[in-house]
Amino acid sequence: MTLLALDDLAVDLRGRAIFAGVSARIEAGEFVGLIGPNGAGKTTLMRAALGLVAARGHSSLLDHRAVDRARHAAWMPQARDIAWPVSVEALVALGRVPHLPTGRRLSAEDQAHVDAALAAMGLEGMRHRTATRLSGGEQARVLIARALAQDTPLLMADEPIAGLDPAHQIATMQVFAGLARDGRAVIASLHDLGLAARHCTRLLLLGEGGIVADGPPGDVLTPDNLARVFHVNAWFADTPHGPVFQPLEVIE
Amino acid sequence: MADPAPRRVVSMNLCTDQLAMLLAAKGQLVSVSDLAVDPRASAMVEQARGYTINHARAEEVHALRPDLVLAGQYSSRASVGMLRRLGIRVETFAPARSMDDIGAALERMGALLGREEAGKRAAARFEERLSALRAEVERRPEAALYYANGYTLGDKTLAGQILLTAGFSNTAAKAGITGGRVMPLEQLVMYAPEALISGTSYSGETRSEAILDHPAVELLRRSRPSAEVRDRDWICGTPQVLRAVEGLGDLRRKALEGEG
Amino acid sequence: MIRVFAALAILCAALFIAALLVGPAQIGAIEGLRALILGGEGPAPLVMQEIRLPRALLAVMIGLSLGLSGAAMQGYLRNPLAEPGLIGVSGSAALGAVVAIHTGFSAAWAYGLPLSALAGALAGVALVIALAGPRGSSLTLILAGIAISAMAAALTSLVLNLSSNPFAANEIVFWMMGSLADRSMMHVGLALPLMVVGWAMLLPLGRGLDALTLGEDAAASMGVRLTRMRLVLVVGTACVVGAATAVAGAIGFVGLVVPHILRPLVGARPSRLLWASALGGAVMVLAADLAVRLILPERDLKLGVLTALVGAPLFLHLIYKTRRELP
Repeated sequence: MTLLALDDLAVDLRGRAIFAGVSARIEAGEFVGLIGPNGAGKTTLMRAALGLVAARGHSSLLDHRAVDRARHAAWMPQARDIAWPVSVEALVALGRVPHLPTGRRLSAEDQAHVDAALAAMGLEGMRHRTATRLSGGEQARVLIARALAQDTPLLMADEPIAGLDPAHQIATMQVFAGLARDGRAVIASLHDLGLAARHCTRLLLLGEGGIVADGPPGDVLTPDNLARVFHVNAWFADTPHGPVFQPLEVIE
Repeated sequence: MADPAPRRVVSMNLCTDQLAMLLAAKGQLVSVSDLAVDPRASAMVEQARGYTINHARAEEVHALRPDLVLAGQYSSRASVGMLRRLGIRVETFAPARSMDDIGAALERMGALLGREEAGKRAAARFEERLSALRAEVERRPEAALYYANGYTLGDKTLAGQILLTAGFSNTAAKAGITGGRVMPLEQLVMYAPEALISGTSYSGETRSEAILDHPAVELLRRSRPSAEVRDRDWICGTPQVLRAVEGLGDLRRKALEGEG
Repeated sequence: MIRVFAALAILCAALFIAALLVGPAQIGAIEGLRALILGGEGPAPLVMQEIRLPRALLAVMIGLSLGLSGAAMQGYLRNPLAEPGLIGVSGSAALGAVVAIHTGFSAAWAYGLPLSALAGALAGVALVIALAGPRGSSLTLILAGIAISAMAAALTSLVLNLSSNPFAANEIVFWMMGSLADRSMMHVGLALPLMVVGWAMLLPLGRGLDALTLGEDAAASMGVRLTRMRLVLVVGTACVVGAATAVAGAIGFVGLVVPHILRPLVGARPSRLLWASALGGAVMVLAADLAVRLILPERDLKLGVLTALVGAPLFLHLIYKTRRELP
């Protein structure tokens, strides 16, 4: 089932073309890593798909009304905004807002989703802590849990693992992979190509004003693409421990 | 008074304006203040129109080359001080707080203008008319003076004295008010005075005067004799206050008729 | 949570009754309440029904409005310094009211007063939101507030000074500090319709304000229509602040102090804070108006003097706390 279809999407910001001609279909079961150098437009692409920035072309998410869209796709922005000192549990429960009729309290089912999201991110012990007093990495996990609690077929996350320690980076990638295995889809922008190579089912390489490559990690992380787009060379191998990718040097 | 009579007199206060106009010789008074031609405040608008109008500012007063300036005790200190530094004689008058003050002010103004006789005559005539009005009364109905912002005046004010002279007792005294002060509206309602006297409302709406339209005041006003007094008869200690006393006499008769 | 709301409601009710029973006229509690409910002859029913009841009602309505609008603006701008008085909304509402009174518009048509104050408040709040941007930083908020307050105060003074009425100039204090003295049922009737509209607009914003805790993008992706929400917030705030200011002048700091005190008690959730601040605002204004009557009954101490004495130090404390985000 196609959960997101982008057709010929293009965005200009302040008269500068960020990207153009982006078309892609995201199917249920996929964990898509959105990769590309700084400024390639990864964030803008996801925001355009969600209708948060004006774009030409078409995104299937915009066929929904805003309220229905919120039940179809969850979005975790890169900015880790937590404006008020609310508890971790209350913050994660905000993910249920699109599912609650106005003025209704959390039902048992809503609470179950909140508990599951807290468990998935290993936050059960912190549920009553004040979110604003947590460390940056902990806050990032709370915000991922919030997006998980929204319980949508499609999850889009902007650099979700930036700032996490290695154990939590891997755990988060495994949670996303697990969602994909359960028949959902996840799109996450990533800078750690090693983690992307190991956990994603598919990579979208953004650069040069559009999509440079789209496919399984092995097909996208070719020496040629890496040199052209990232200006690095790398060591990439399938090992008994799974695919291992390690960038080596900058190409002058 | 050894000084020769001043020849160019400028008054910069509403009350000294009126006293001077009553007593000055022809041509002696050069200028009066702008309030003297305001019909709401001044009882002598017609006479005042014959003089140069000043706005109580030192510069314009000085330009009139006066040899005597008349000011109120509460006239701008800066203006009065500057005129004195410029070597001009400034005489200040305290606001009248009783009927006796009025006679004294007339005599002093006469003396300052070198017209002692005229001053004494005016004072005597005032006392005479006053004692004719100060009828002996067997019962003093209670009246309240109620102005914008809920302000009331007690016995130690000119208005309070006018009220007493006209044969009323003052509600403010009950509240322990002798000077001028705000009396809370609910206190006024509880005292339930027999007559209500308020100031003339000015043109142009204000919030300050809205209290006089409050339903509680409205009800008081409708249920008992009430009067609007013309400010010009009350503000200054001049023989004009006799008009106010006369006006209140009518109100008092109405208040007493109510019981009969 | 329920306990917080119950405590606020009980406090509010107790202060309301106290407001009815305290005043310069010595009326016994039982006698007063009987006069209030049963009416009858004599001055006591007049005092209770025409003087104290409207005053107490207005204290509740205005407190509710100021507490609610403070919590709503803070939730939207995600800044604890946002308060209608501080950011110039009350000041511009006062300007609208003063213009209505001194042009005779309010005399020609009673609702001219609150509607003119609404127009002033609308201009003020729209200007603040436009200047402060979607996420109001403390610096822009405070600067915008200073500019708008100064402008509104200057124009208000100008209108009052131009008036030919000698009382007008002295009213600047009332419009800057606010007072509930000598208000009547007529003022209740003038303010209530507009306030009800404003309450109905602001109270349902809770859900969207909750979502905004996570930032604009996240809130928009959760189905919150931000443009519509901003419009509702602006108009709702202008309605309640405009109506409150039209009848009682600009009473500052209520919308700052109340949400600040109550935020920890409701788990900092903006939606709960809306309701709690509404009740808390009523409590604060009732208490301040009682204090005004108890401390200096005959001096007509302005309500805003008391709220500022409580609020200004807290404001300084909040600036101190958020100074890191200031350059």
